[in-house]
Amino acid sequence: MSDKKTANNTASTKTPLIKTKGLSVHYPLRSNKIFGPPPVVRAVDGIDIEIAAGSFFGLVGESGSGKTTLGRALLQAAPITHGSIEYNDGEVSYNIETLKGADLKDYRKRAQLIFQDPYAALSPRMTVRDIIAEPLEVMGLTKTRAETDARVREIAAKCRLSLEHLRRFPHAFSGGQRQRISIARALVSNPKFIVADESVAALDVSIQADVLNLLKDIQREMGLAFLFVSHDLSVVAHVCDHVAVMYLGRLVESAPTGALFAKPRHPYTRALLSAIPSLDPDDRGKAQKLEGEIPSPTNPPPGCKFNTRCPHAQDKCRVDEPELVVQDGHGVACHFWQELMDK
Amino acid sequence: MAKLIEVENLTLQFKTDEGLITAVDDVSFSIAPGEILGLVGESGSGKSVTAKSLMRLNPSNAIYSEDTKINLHLDGQEPIDIMQIKSAKDMKVARGGAISMIFQEPMASFAPAITIGDQMVEQLLIHTDYNAAKAKKYSIEMLDRVGISDADKRFKQYAFELSGGMRQRAMIAMALSTKPKLLIADEPTTALDVTIQLQVIDLMKDLVKEFGMGILFITHDLGVIAQTADNVAVMYLGKLIEKGSVRDVLRNPSHPYTQGLIDALPQLDNLDVPLKAIAGDIPSPLERPPGCVFHTRCPKNLVTACQATVPEFTTLKKDHEAACHLLNEEVTS
Repeated sequence: MSDKKTANNTASTKTPLIKTKGLSVHYPLRSNKIFGPPPVVRAVDGIDIEIAAGSFFGLVGESGSGKTTLGRALLQAAPITHGSIEYNDGEVSYNIETLKGADLKDYRKRAQLIFQDPYAALSPRMTVRDIIAEPLEVMGLTKTRAETDARVREIAAKCRLSLEHLRRFPHAFSGGQRQRISIARALVSNPKFIVADESVAALDVSIQADVLNLLKDIQREMGLAFLFVSHDLSVVAHVCDHVAVMYLGRLVESAPTGALFAKPRHPYTRALLSAIPSLDPDDRGKAQKLEGEIPSPTNPPPGCKFNTRCPHAQDKCRVDEPELVVQDGHGVACHFWQELMDK
Repeated sequence: MAKLIEVENLTLQFKTDEGLITAVDDVSFSIAPGEILGLVGESGSGKSVTAKSLMRLNPSNAIYSEDTKINLHLDGQEPIDIMQIKSAKDMKVARGGAISMIFQEPMASFAPAITIGDQMVEQLLIHTDYNAAKAKKYSIEMLDRVGISDADKRFKQYAFELSGGMRQRAMIAMALSTKPKLLIADEPTTALDVTIQLQVIDLMKDLVKEFGMGILFITHDLGVIAQTADNVAVMYLGKLIEKGSVRDVLRNPSHPYTQGLIDALPQLDNLDVPLKAIAGDIPSPLERPPGCVFHTRCPKNLVTACQATVPEFTTLKKDHEAACHLLNEEVTS
C-alpha cells in the first residue's frame, strides 16, 4: 500500500480546516403519544471528525447511514442539534453551529456543495454561462459584467468547458459534461471547502474516471479540501487521503486510506470491502455475506448499532455501545476489534 | 446445447420528431437453459431496449427491421418467433409466461395501491390454472423462498412498506412464480447497497440452479458480471462489440472499448494506478458515427478502416468474438 496516501495526512500537526465535536443531527418525528417526548431519528449521532486543509476526506456507508446529513450539517444545511463544528481556514474562523448573518454569508462563499444528480442540479432555463455566473452575482463577488465573464471563463477552462459550451443550455450536454458544469459552479466563488455528495454515482464508469481525475487535479491546484460522500468504496480508495465509515448515524471507523484498506479494523468495514464485486470470475463465493439490512434509524438496536448484522456479535455488543478508539491515527468503534485482528 | 432463445439481426429504430434514431443495430445472441448471459454497456448503449424487444415491450414508435428474428424454443414445441406474434393474447407466452422480467427500480414496478400479494396472485391467475386459494398459498411460499421473513404478513403489505432490498426480493419472487424459462433482469442490483447486492446476486444464482432457467442479466457493472454470468456480451451505441465467456472477455478484453471499460474501473488491489477514463463522451444517438461506432473515442482509431466501414466479428477463440478492425489482419497489414 502506498506511503504517499498516508504521508499526505498530517492533520494532527496543524489546525484542521473543519473540526467537529459530538456533532448530532436529530429529527423529531410526529408522535401519536400524548405524554413524553416525541421519538427522534438520530440521523447523525455524536460524530467527531477532522478535515485537514487541502485534503480529500472520504465518507462512506450504506443508504440510511447518515453520510449525506453529515455533509449537509457541515454546510449548515441541516439542523445541528448538539455538538460543535469549528471552521478555520487561516483567514477566518467560525463556529458553524451558531453562524448567522454576514458571517454565514461569508461562509457560504468558502464552503460549497456539488450535488449527486447532474440532471436535476442545473436549471434548464439558464445558459451554462449564467449557471456558473449566478453565485458570483448573488454573492456580489464581481462588480462588472466584464469581470464576471472573465472569472466564468477562467473557471470554465479549469473544468475543461469551452467558450462554445458557455452559450448553450444544459440539455445539450451529457452526464459527465453536466457534472463538470456543476463543479465549475461550485468553484467559482473560490471556496476552501467542498462537499461532493455522491458526485460520480450517476455517471457511467468511463466518465466517472474523468470526473474523479478532474476533482483530484482541482484539489491539488487550488488547495481545496473535499468531503467526498460516496457509497462506492473502490472510488473512495482511489481519490481520498482519509476515509471515515458511517453506520446508522455513528462513525464506526476512521483512518488514512492506506491503513483502512490494508487493515480494516471494524467488521462492518471488512464486510463492505468484501462485498465489492471482484473483476475476477474465480473469486465467486469468496465474498463475506452480511445477513439482514440496516435497521431503521427510528428504532436503532441497543448497544453497538451493528450488532444485529455482525457475525462476531457477543452479549456485550448488545448492551454497551463502543466508543471510537484511536490508535496510530486509526480509529475504530468496536469492543473486539483487537481480538478480531489477531484471528 | 439446445438454445432457449435465439436473437438474430435485431435492429430497432425509434421514430421521433427529430428523425429516426437507431437504438439497436444488428444484434444477435442466444441463451441456453441454465445459462446467465451478462449484457454490459453504458447508459444509452441500447441494453434495456434489447431486453424489452424480447417481450416486444418497446413503445409503439419502435420500428423493428424486417429480418429481426427472436426464436423462443420451448420443450416439445415448434419454435415461436416472437416477432411474428400478432394478437395480444398470443403474446402472453412472452409476457410473463415463458419470459419474466425484473426491473431496475422495484418501487416503480409495483403498483403502489395494490398489495404485493394481490399483484402476485393476479399474474398467477392469468398465467397458470391455479385457483385463488392455491395462488395465494404458492405466492406466500415464493416470498418465503426468496428470504422474506413473515411472508404471510408481507403478502398483505404494499410496496412502500418494504425496504429496497426486500422489494427487489419480492420482485424476484413475483417474476419466478410463473416458472419462466427465461428471466430478464434489468439492472436488478443497481439501486441496492453493496451488502444487499451480494445477497440478491447469491439468491439469483441459487434460483437458476433450482429452476434451471436462462437469465439475461443486464448491468453496467463489470464486477457484478464477473461474479454472476457465464457469458458476456458488451454493447456500445446499439452495437454488440464483443462477446464470449466471462473469463475470456474479462481477462483478455479484445475490443478497445471493453479494454477501456476495464481500465476505467477503480481497482482495490492497486490504489496507486491512476484512473484512466475513456476520452470524450458517448455521441448522441442522432449523430451515430459512420464506420465503427466507437471510433470517435477509440485511442487506436484508423482513419481508413474505422471511420469508413462497420467492422465484422472476428473469432479469437471458440466462443470469443470481437468486432474491431484491428483484430483483422488484412486491415492492419
